[in-house]
Amino acid sequence: MAEASYPEDLKYHSEHDWARVEGEQATFGITWYAQDALGEVVFFDPPEVGAQITKDEAYAEVESVKAVSDVFAPLSGEIVEVNEELADSPEKINEDPYGEGWMVKVMLSDASEVDSLLDADAYKELLQTGS
Amino acid sequence: MPPAADTLRRTPLHERHQQAGAKLVPFAGWEMPVQYEGIRQEHVAVRTDAGMFDVSHMGEIETSGPQAEELLQRVLSNDVTKIAERGAQYSLLCREDGGVLDDLFSYRLPGGRFLTVTNAANHERDLAWFREQAADFDVEVTDAAHEWAMLAVQGPRARSALERVTDGELPKRMRTADLPVAGVEALVCGTGYTGEEGCELLIPAAEAVRVWDALLAEGVRPAGLGARDTLRLEVCFHLYGNDLSEDRNPIEAGLGWCCKLDTGFIGSDALRGLEPQQTLAPFAFTGPGIPRQGNPVEAPHGEGVVTSGSLSPCLEVGIGMAYLPTEDAEPGTPIEVDVRGKPRAAEVREKPLYEKR
Repeated sequence: MAEASYPEDLKYHSEHDWARVEGEQATFGITWYAQDALGEVVFFDPPEVGAQITKDEAYAEVESVKAVSDVFAPLSGEIVEVNEELADSPEKINEDPYGEGWMVKVMLSDASEVDSLLDADAYKELLQTGS
Repeated sequence: MPPAADTLRRTPLHERHQQAGAKLVPFAGWEMPVQYEGIRQEHVAVRTDAGMFDVSHMGEIETSGPQAEELLQRVLSNDVTKIAERGAQYSLLCREDGGVLDDLFSYRLPGGRFLTVTNAANHERDLAWFREQAADFDVEVTDAAHEWAMLAVQGPRARSALERVTDGELPKRMRTADLPVAGVEALVCGTGYTGEEGCELLIPAAEAVRVWDALLAEGVRPAGLGARDTLRLEVCFHLYGNDLSEDRNPIEAGLGWCCKLDTGFIGSDALRGLEPQQTLAPFAFTGPGIPRQGNPVEAPHGEGVVTSGSLSPCLEVGIGMAYLPTEDAEPGTPIEVDVRGKPRAAEVREKPLYEKR
């Protein structure tokens, strides 16, 4: 995806992660800004299904040719699904960060945490002011 | 602390990098392009077509005077007397105890002059070392780093692209020639750091842009330091600061071939008869994962450490080089690399890891 975009229906974490909250579950991924900063993603190391993850802590790794980066959990919960497609096609994280590049689905343990996340405008402002 | 962005030095091609969409990063005190369109694309362009790297951050030391050869024979590990006029040679700069200070290319120019290319991070230290040793010789050691821009043009089409903008015949491998490139008088060297055909150009700094533009017009693609690193790693060329350091000697680094002990160079006494506990060996992952510098290694006869690691864009697996117990440096030896707590299966391989078919 060549152009920066930050969909209105997502919630954002300041470590450049997004969450699509649907009831008690949410889907996580990294933002356009994060994938652009990283460059071409060549390896995604997912957590195990069933793993407990904690808001603001690393739950997975993405690697470009040059570097490895942690992926931070925007919310806490239990991993119920990981995007298996990324094992063979990690470049989907670059090509479609909010769609086919999703990383995990999580059963949320504390829905009130959602209130601490940023909306698209607030996240864009964060990027403007320098993150 | 790395210096702030505004104190970083910029090469004469800085504006061209910005125009080409480079991602610029601090590197050894310089602001350098790490990539343009992407490391993988640039890597593939150099393997299949032609790419150019701005390596103007690298330093140059000129040694001249009646005893220039004698000084170099004393400080450099290789036999400098074997460099023909217009020839090139790889060597190491060692301390008395054999620790490696830098790895270098030296060119013998007409008139008994030598030009030695240094790594950016080591340039000042190398220069001080040369000058300290020069006290006993009738020589002049000059810091020429500010005079030159350096452009590495590499790939199967590099020479033909370069020929189209050069007046005269390009030098063969490990030879040099003074030739006008895009109308600019350049020192053209038949050397490189990618395992591909090509040349490295030393160009007066003020005129580097003309050469860059002419090569760009010939379809030579800008390539960044990211691709330079993956290209050299696939062919197992050492990188100072990763695979070479003051704490490692040339023998364990597998560079005994460029250490001619009989020349009496500084460090030669320490290296004589040395049988290293560890040896640098290339390896490839047999499963998922990407090794990185500093990852611990479990080998059949003991521990080791990864000094360079990356994904190989051509082989599409994790590759690297690691210091291993010497018994385990044999191709085929299974090893396990600890990548941030995850054990990853790997195997020692022959050098080079990537070879053109």
